[in-house]
Amino acid sequence: MKKSKILIGAAVLTIAGFFTIAADHIDAPAVIGGTSDITDLYAFQGQNTNNIVFVANVQGLLSPASTTGAAFDENILIEFNIDNDGDAIEDLVIQATPRDGKMYFFGPFAPAQTGLNSTILSSNGFNTVDITPYGTNAIIETNNDMSFFAGPRDDPFFFDFTRYTEIISGTATSFNNPGNDTFEGTNALSVVVELPKAMVGSGDTVNVWVESKRKQ
Amino acid sequence: MKFNTIKLMTIAVVVAFSAYNCSSDDDNGTTGPVLPNFTGTYTQEDQIARPAINTVFASMADKNTFNVTVPSNQGVAFQTKFQTKLEALNPAHTDPTYTNALGFNAAQFTGVLATDVLTVSLTGTTTFFDGTNVLTGRALADDVISTELLLIFGGPTGTDNPGLTSDNVTANDKAFLTSFPYLASPW
Repeated sequence: MKKSKILIGAAVLTIAGFFTIAADHIDAPAVIGGTSDITDLYAFQGQNTNNIVFVANVQGLLSPASTTGAAFDENILIEFNIDNDGDAIEDLVIQATPRDGKMYFFGPFAPAQTGLNSTILSSNGFNTVDITPYGTNAIIETNNDMSFFAGPRDDPFFFDFTRYTEIISGTATSFNNPGNDTFEGTNALSVVVELPKAMVGSGDTVNVWVESKRKQ
Repeated sequence: MKFNTIKLMTIAVVVAFSAYNCSSDDDNGTTGPVLPNFTGTYTQEDQIARPAINTVFASMADKNTFNVTVPSNQGVAFQTKFQTKLEALNPAHTDPTYTNALGFNAAQFTGVLATDVLTVSLTGTTTFFDGTNVLTGRALADDVISTELLLIFGGPTGTDNPGLTSDNVTANDKAFLTSFPYLASPW
């Protein structure tokens, strides 16, 4: 008993050096608090079960006051990557980047090149949706069986991060029950795309990740 | 009411007429809506698939690097480091016969996690973990942190380190929508 308590204590101390904030909120020094900081990716079956939904959230931990001034960055490309043959290399991308109050969407299509650098294939057609201003109803655009949204939303992420930091700093040894959601009352900027599953792959599964990329 | 209808009709006609004009101008290639400039190269700064992988498993020195390592190279670059981290978080994992609730020992579990892609089912339930389905996507309501804590600390039956296997926050602070865009309105 005592030994396991010591082990847990050691484990907990070890955590302290590594955890910053979950899920991906301010996860790394280079992106903390910036417009390219991705907080979370969600991927789930749509209300129409023939569809798949992708959500990318950026710029998390926005209080209502700071949400008023928050905006997508016109120099940042948000890119959903889809691997549909199991090699963890993107076969398709869906690109999103804002211009003058609208979010422009490109794809899904095969990228010009895979990896860390992207170009926008704007000649292959595009969709747009007006970015929903804070405090107004969600503006949704639907075109060719795809639906689009961009704007501030409640951050769907929940975690008792405060208690967690107490644990890793050694002032607590376990979570509270019930815990407290550190992300309660905070917003993020969301990009939501829903599209037919057939547009992303023909197998049973796809692998998905999302990237933020800055114009050079 | 009637007056409003007339006004709306007038607007509709005007809009239709001007839209026609725009389209006509487009044909001439002189004016009309122009696609903004999207040229240039965009270079990666951040990436994520499964929640909290970089946050939990990458050391501070590796966090930026992890964000700019393509997933197909992440396994080679980070599996061993992630295993060391997992064994530090839950020292029981230093025993290769010790597994988590998925039946994975430290090498196997971090072998899966190090390649940070989110596998998404195209044939059915999409969830990080719903009690039955495991890693078939990530739905908004999924309690991903408790799932990860359970897999890190809970051991083969999920009963090890009971104070660390859930943060006891099981739901979001706002109800999600059943239809697009699914996420709740902002605070």
